Amino acid sequence: MTSADFSTVLPEFLLAVYAMAALLFGVWTGKDKVGPAILWATVAVLLVIGFWIGVGGSGARDAFGGLFLDDPFARFSKVAILFSAAAILAMSADYLVRRGLLRFEFPILVVLATIGMMMMVSAGDLMSLYLGLELMSLSLYVVAALRRDSERSSEAGLKYFVLGSLSSGLLLYGASLTYGFAGTTNFAGIISVVEAGHLPLGVLFGMVFMIAGLAFKVSAVPFHMWTPDVYEGSPTPVTAFFATAPKMAAMALIARLVYDAFGHVPSDWGQVLAIVAVASMFLGAVAGIGQKNIKRLMAYSSITHMGFALMGVLAGTEAGVSATLIYMSIYIAMNIGVFSFILAMERDGQPVTDISALNMLSKAEPLKALALLVLFFSLAGVPPMLGFFAKFAVIKAALFAGYTWVAVLGVVASVIAAFYYLRIVYYMYFGTETEALDSRMPAVQWVLLMASALVMVAGAMNLFGLEGAAQAAAAALVH
Amino acid sequence: METIILLAPLLGAVVGGFGWRLIGEKGAMALTTGLLFLACALSWATFLGFDGVTRHIHLFDFIRSGVLDVSWGIRLDRLTAIMLIVVTTVSALVHLYSWGYMAHDPAWGHDEAYKARFFAYLSLFTFTMLSLVTADSLVQMFFGWEGVGLASYLLIGFYYKKPSAGAAAIKAFVVNRVGDFGFLLGMFAIFYLTGTLKFDEVFAAAPTLAQENLHFLWRDWNAANLIGFLLFIGAMGKSAQLFLHTWLPDAMEGPTPVSALIHAATMVTAGVFLVSRMSPLYEFAPQAKMFIVYIGATTAFFAATVGLVQNDIKRVIAYSTCSQLGYMFVAAGVGIYSAAMFHLLTHAFFKAMLFLGAGSVIHAMHHEQDMRNYGALRKKIPFTYWIMVIGTLAITGVGVPLTSIGFAGFLSKDAIIESAFGSGSGYAFWMLVIAAGFTSFYSWRLIFMTFFGKEKGDHHTHEHAHESPMVMLVPLGVLAVGAIFAGMVWYNSFFGNHDKMLAFFGMPQHEAQMAEAGTEAMPEGVATEAPAAEGHAVAATEGHAVAEGHAPQGALYMSEESTKVMEDAHAAPTWAKVSPFIAMLIGLTLSWLFYIVNPALPAKLAKAQPVLYRFLLNKWYFDELYNFLFIRPAKWLGAFFWKKGDGATIDGAINGIALGIVPALTRLAGRVQSGYLFHYAFAMVIGIVVLMFWVVLTGGSH
Repeated sequence: MTSADFSTVLPEFLLAVYAMAALLFGVWTGKDKVGPAILWATVAVLLVIGFWIGVGGSGARDAFGGLFLDDPFARFSKVAILFSAAAILAMSADYLVRRGLLRFEFPILVVLATIGMMMMVSAGDLMSLYLGLELMSLSLYVVAALRRDSERSSEAGLKYFVLGSLSSGLLLYGASLTYGFAGTTNFAGIISVVEAGHLPLGVLFGMVFMIAGLAFKVSAVPFHMWTPDVYEGSPTPVTAFFATAPKMAAMALIARLVYDAFGHVPSDWGQVLAIVAVASMFLGAVAGIGQKNIKRLMAYSSITHMGFALMGVLAGTEAGVSATLIYMSIYIAMNIGVFSFILAMERDGQPVTDISALNMLSKAEPLKALALLVLFFSLAGVPPMLGFFAKFAVIKAALFAGYTWVAVLGVVASVIAAFYYLRIVYYMYFGTETEALDSRMPAVQWVLLMASALVMVAGAMNLFGLEGAAQAAAAALVH
Repeated sequence: METIILLAPLLGAVVGGFGWRLIGEKGAMALTTGLLFLACALSWATFLGFDGVTRHIHLFDFIRSGVLDVSWGIRLDRLTAIMLIVVTTVSALVHLYSWGYMAHDPAWGHDEAYKARFFAYLSLFTFTMLSLVTADSLVQMFFGWEGVGLASYLLIGFYYKKPSAGAAAIKAFVVNRVGDFGFLLGMFAIFYLTGTLKFDEVFAAAPTLAQENLHFLWRDWNAANLIGFLLFIGAMGKSAQLFLHTWLPDAMEGPTPVSALIHAATMVTAGVFLVSRMSPLYEFAPQAKMFIVYIGATTAFFAATVGLVQNDIKRVIAYSTCSQLGYMFVAAGVGIYSAAMFHLLTHAFFKAMLFLGAGSVIHAMHHEQDMRNYGALRKKIPFTYWIMVIGTLAITGVGVPLTSIGFAGFLSKDAIIESAFGSGSGYAFWMLVIAAGFTSFYSWRLIFMTFFGKEKGDHHTHEHAHESPMVMLVPLGVLAVGAIFAGMVWYNSFFGNHDKMLAFFGMPQHEAQMAEAGTEAMPEGVATEAPAAEGHAVAATEGHAVAEGHAPQGALYMSEESTKVMEDAHAAPTWAKVSPFIAMLIGLTLSWLFYIVNPALPAKLAKAQPVLYRFLLNKWYFDELYNFLFIRPAKWLGAFFWKKGDGATIDGAINGIALGIVPALTRLAGRVQSGYLFHYAFAMVIGIVVLMFWVVLTGGSH
């Protein structure tokens, strides 16, 4: 390990050191009593490192002989991952404390998952890809089953673990096929084999298997089946976490893999991703209509949104990657807002997740209802909310890349999906009055909810400069 | 000064229309009327002080896109000056008249404000009409063209509580759209061929256009003829010429001052103005001109026949307007644009006066418009009676034959009929002479039925009949002056004296007279070039006195042939010159026989000729024919698209998908989501198989 390598991985290294230190601190001191302290310290550390990566890095370099890449694309994804992880932790604190769920390991597991994600988006080799992926997945398996005394939570954790193992198997099988035919696990090496648009059959099979394995992580159809069950069964903070940072990481990893290792044959992976994307958009839209539970609904919502994000990747152009990055950032911001409200959905101190509980929220909580209205409109893609511009960008990218049919189907699916978002708005404003929800909402959640809604409206002006960063990131990835 | 004329009515319309709550209804009325009188005074100053040299006043840039460069400007030449006085004079008087006429409109309650709106519309109309006549390019003209259409629509439908007024407004708008479409196509063709829409540049290109062909619809056409024809379609719509005339009688649903201003004096003459304005183009489009002559003559005849049997006082005058417009088009079609403009000017005075006089009658009779309920009003409203008589003397063309002494209509109408004779078109000549007889008949019929005979209709109404207030009578008096003297004052400038006419319109004088040809043959001389711009004199070769590449000088352009027609008109034999006067006398006598001597005669005649009577009463069945040919198919098509297309196909498909297919798929997706781990794993395996199959099938491995 040279010092140059070391300085490249310094953020990940420091985060790992922090995780160890926090673990030791928790074990040797008050264990769960110091949980809140560790949680808030973790939020601070994640934010600091996020800012550091965001403003610090420049250019592109690699470490450990191409295993680890540090480029604008990786940095963009890392900032989104770190910030969303920090936001989820911050808004979960109250919920976890009140339910007695705040074990001091939880923030540490989130940190470890985050390190895994950072590895994923920086992977330059099938080895480091798998390493990051498993680090993230193992942490997530544990947090999914965080509530050990709940059957549903355990079931969720187990389901996620078993199916996750299957997907890891698919990924590994694909990686070994690729290695067998390409003779290398390094992305730069693989791309030299598929040079000139020629893809050996074995490498093609390997690529499809790897895409399938990664599609599981973004819960794209048909590898999505775990999502509704795990979202519903897991404690809500864990659901919120699942819905945000890991999705960003896995999406970035898919982009990283197809562009860095198979960038010369965009039509080959484009058609695979097109099938997956269209199926995700439609299944998420159609199946979401039948949901009564808001957490399950958000699961289907995320399936649909992943389909849209994939539409940008499959375009195979710089504009497409940029659109996907913007899409994912906006998606994360929307989900943070929605989940900070879902966390506060309680009646007599007990959490409720039934959609009908939102009936006539506009009367009891006009401001919150308005914020939610903005967020759901944005999720549905109604202009002038940011969600519209996100959808517009990916659809445009797909259209310009010649995937007209995907773009058309995407628009149709978004119309269908709009139904269940608007139905919630309908309940909030025109529903029949039922027993009201508790009005209690911790400050952090309130701020995140309002900020998220505000961003959806105000961002329409210039996206807060996000576009420039996303374009730089896309330019680094697409050669 | 011209800018103030143009913008003063706009200011009145905007402030009066939007700000009347601040300045009050009276304030809005006073403001719009005051501004109009200001514009009127300035217009007269412009007209009387105008020296005949065309001026271009640039106001601002309008559109700049590629080669299309349109600026907003005022083109001030004799044509514009004439239209300025016509528009502002009639408009100012109508504004004033409306103070009385609209004072207590029975269509509105006491608490409803409607006057400010009415005056704002009037001023808006005046502004758009002025921008039409001052236009320096076809685009600006089209703006005014559409603007007057809008104002006309708003004013016809002013009594929007009456369904028939709304229907009439829509009819006027839709029929005008047909004409506007022709205008637009003409503009497109001009821009396509010349790359410009500025008048001067288009005029300069006119000789070239005459040499070119343009493929349109199924064959090649001569470009100048095609453009002339298309523009004339627009003129037909605006000026209610045959086939596109059906909206004008219905437009009488609007308040009477509106009929006087828009549907008699100004807007409907826009088509004549367009043809005259485009004279440098039409002079190269002989077939288009011929078409204009035939349409104009037929319209003059057709409208006069229908006017014979109408009973609504305003409809009689409306058909009379339609007929007189036909006269103007005949003059324009034979190339004597000055005669057309002459009649336009005099007609504006006497027809506005007739309408306003009719309005005075209607006002006196409590908004009764059926002439069968009038009678013996001569004593009750003497001033109105004398005004109407003067108007009738003017429109029927009373004067001293073979001199230039007579009422306005005598001079201008005879000028047109002589021009028609001079053109050698027997059809046009005879049609116009017969129409002149009819005109005389129905005009006197109107007078006799209204002011003579016995009281008919509601006795109570007759008892309360009263003379109109001064604000209504003063405009009538002013217009009467115009109706009496306008013809005599300007006869020589417009038609009577060739050299004066050329000077009046700023056209080049003919320097060299060909000696051997006598009075009839006009010389093929050397045209004086525009003095400043071109130093070199161009010897005009056979035919045209226009140098290639330059717009002709002056407000009008007359080719050799048209000049010849004018000479022939002046030299028409005595019988031809007297014939309209004789026709007028015959019409008067018949009318006197029918309605004074033996009032039972009309009913008998109607009974004796039931087919002919119904044919005329139903206006040649044009409405019924159009209803059958266009309206019913259009409605059927609309209903088809609505019921089958929108209702069954689109709504049906959406409903089917949203209520049938999507919920079914949702249930299916819910069943698949069984909760069993092995089902989920199985789905993943199936998924990877399908993906593999797909890439292999689509040749992913090449």
